[in-house]
Amino acid sequence: MDGPSPPADLNVRLTSDNLSIRSALGEVIAALKARRVDPDALGSVEIVLAEALNNVAEHAYAMRGDGLIEINGHVMPGQLQFDIVDEGAPMPMGDAPEGCAANLDVPLGDMPEGGFGWFLIRQMTEDLTYLRSNGRNHLSLTLAVI
Amino acid sequence: MKLSSTMQGDAQIIVAQEPRIDAAVAIQFKDRMKAETEQGEGRVILDLSRVEFIDSSGLGAIVAAMKQISGQRRMELAGLTETVQKVFRLTRMDTIFAIHPTVEDALGKQV
Repeated sequence: MDGPSPPADLNVRLTSDNLSIRSALGEVIAALKARRVDPDALGSVEIVLAEALNNVAEHAYAMRGDGLIEINGHVMPGQLQFDIVDEGAPMPMGDAPEGCAANLDVPLGDMPEGGFGWFLIRQMTEDLTYLRSNGRNHLSLTLAVI
Repeated sequence: MKLSSTMQGDAQIIVAQEPRIDAAVAIQFKDRMKAETEQGEGRVILDLSRVEFIDSSGLGAIVAAMKQISGQRRMELAGLTETVQKVFRLTRMDTIFAIHPTVEDALGKQV
C-alpha cells in the first residue's frame, strides 16, 4: 500500500472475514502453482498465511469482518516472501509474538485448544519482520523453498 | 461442516466430509462432533482422509472434540493427509492422539 518496493509477483486484496480469507488463500496457492513453485512448499505457505490472516482478522480487526487486508507475494530463487498489510490495531507490545510451543504435558482435560498460531508461523518461516507505519501493520514473512 | 457416522463393531467411525477444517468452520465442527458422540460408547475414530487443510483453529476444534467426549470413550484419528500431518507434527499434537494411517488400520488394531 505504501513505500517503494519491488513489484509483487502476486497481489491479493481481501476483507477480514473467514470466507474471504479462505478464498484469498486459494488465490495465492493457485498463483504459486502457476509459477511452478515446489508443490511440497504449498502446504507450509497455506498454513503460515492462514495463521497470519486469522490473526489479523481476530486481533488487528477484532473480528469485525470488514477490515482491509493486502497480500503481496514475491517469488524468488529459494524463497518466497509475503507482505501482509492491514489497517487494524497494532500488535500488542509493538512486536510480533514469540510463539512458544504449547505445553502438552497436562491431563487430557486441560489440553490446549489454541495458542498454536504464532508457533506454527515461527516454525515455518525463515525470517519474519513486523513494522507499524502510517497506521498500518506490515508483516513480512519469508519461507524457504527448494 | 458435514460429518457422517457409522458403527463398525464397537467402533464409531466419523468421517469429516469437507476438505477444510479452518477458522470458518471450527466451531461448527466442534458442535457437530459433540452431537455425533454424545450417545454411545466404545472407540471413536475420526477419519480425516478427505481433509486437505487444517489451521490452528481446526486443530483446536479437534482437540476440543476429543475433550468433550465423555467417560471412557477415546477418540483416535485416521487418514491424516500431508498438510494436516504437518500441523499435528509441528505442534506435537501427534504425541497426544492415537493416529492410524487408515480407518482399516485402526480397526485392525485394538488400542
